[in-house]
Amino acid sequence: MTAMTKTLTLTASLATALTLAASMASAEGEMEKCYGVAMAGQNDCAAGPGTTCAGTATKDFQGNAWKYVPAGTCVTMETPNGKGSLEPIAM
Amino acid sequence: MRHADFLQFFQDGLFTGTLPPGVTARAPDEAAQRFAVYRNNVAHSLSRALAARFPAVERILGAEFFAALAPLFLAEQGPQNPMLFAWGGGFADFLTGFPPLAGLPWVADVARIEFARGEAYHAADAEPLPPEALSQAAADAGRARLALHPSLRIVPSRFAAVSAWAMNQPGATPAPLEVNRPETALILRDRRDDVPVRALGPGDATFVAALQSGLVLIRAAEAAATAEPGHDPGAILLSLARAGALTGLAFGETA
Repeated sequence: MTAMTKTLTLTASLATALTLAASMASAEGEMEKCYGVAMAGQNDCAAGPGTTCAGTATKDFQGNAWKYVPAGTCVTMETPNGKGSLEPIAM
Repeated sequence: MRHADFLQFFQDGLFTGTLPPGVTARAPDEAAQRFAVYRNNVAHSLSRALAARFPAVERILGAEFFAALAPLFLAEQGPQNPMLFAWGGGFADFLTGFPPLAGLPWVADVARIEFARGEAYHAADAEPLPPEALSQAAADAGRARLALHPSLRIVPSRFAAVSAWAMNQPGATPAPLEVNRPETALILRDRRDDVPVRALGPGDATFVAALQSGLVLIRAAEAAATAEPGHDPGAILLSLARAGALTGLAFGETA
């Protein structure tokens, strides 16, 4: 292969991969951070002041603690305090 | 004595063993002995913290060996930062220079992988490029430069360090391993906050490193094809995109 054909082959391969990736973006397996649905100690991250670590929620369905859930399912989750939220819930 | 001075003496004493001026006990002749108990607790807890930071290294070397080695590292390079995850950046080099491990040079690279995983876990968040940006990059591979996720780390090794790391994970069973072949680790925090480790061949490794250094896409692909003739960058690029590792886009060669 000449240098020119090599470059064309590489360009085509790069473009194909990125186009494929663009078409698959937000596809299967995506997770979203859902506030207000985690049980005490079961949050994936974010809870009270100064703590940014998993498992620090001190009560069930704490509004500033989030859990990873499949994308699109968060705001449909029923809790005793209402539905899950993609943003922290004021307490 | 100023309180700040006392704290400094106390901290120095923890590592040198010298009884800090100002430390007393109800029975004054017991002060040194009591301080030694305190020192031992600090040393032991930091040794366990080091083991928690480098669990595969501990498993490879054995708990007894590790417990003997940890205080030596502690004496040489104690924590400099209240965040314990930031401690141990020099552990790999320490292992390389530790004569009893001269026959196991690959263990230091396992330590590098473990330290990089911790850094990746704590790295900043970054949103993946939206589909439109990926399409723009696809249309101009000669000028597109991709920024990679802040958690992405590449750890090259002359040894099969990724395989050694993998077979010393919880639940895995070590098996005979030909360590004298190079492996490059790709470390990246994924969308679920897991930090998997993947072994890359020479072409893929060169491609990712070139992107990370800011080369335009086509130059990175050419560098990879030089490192590994016939290399096709499509698979690794798609895999990075799907992992959410492509987080920025700019056009034009860097100065």
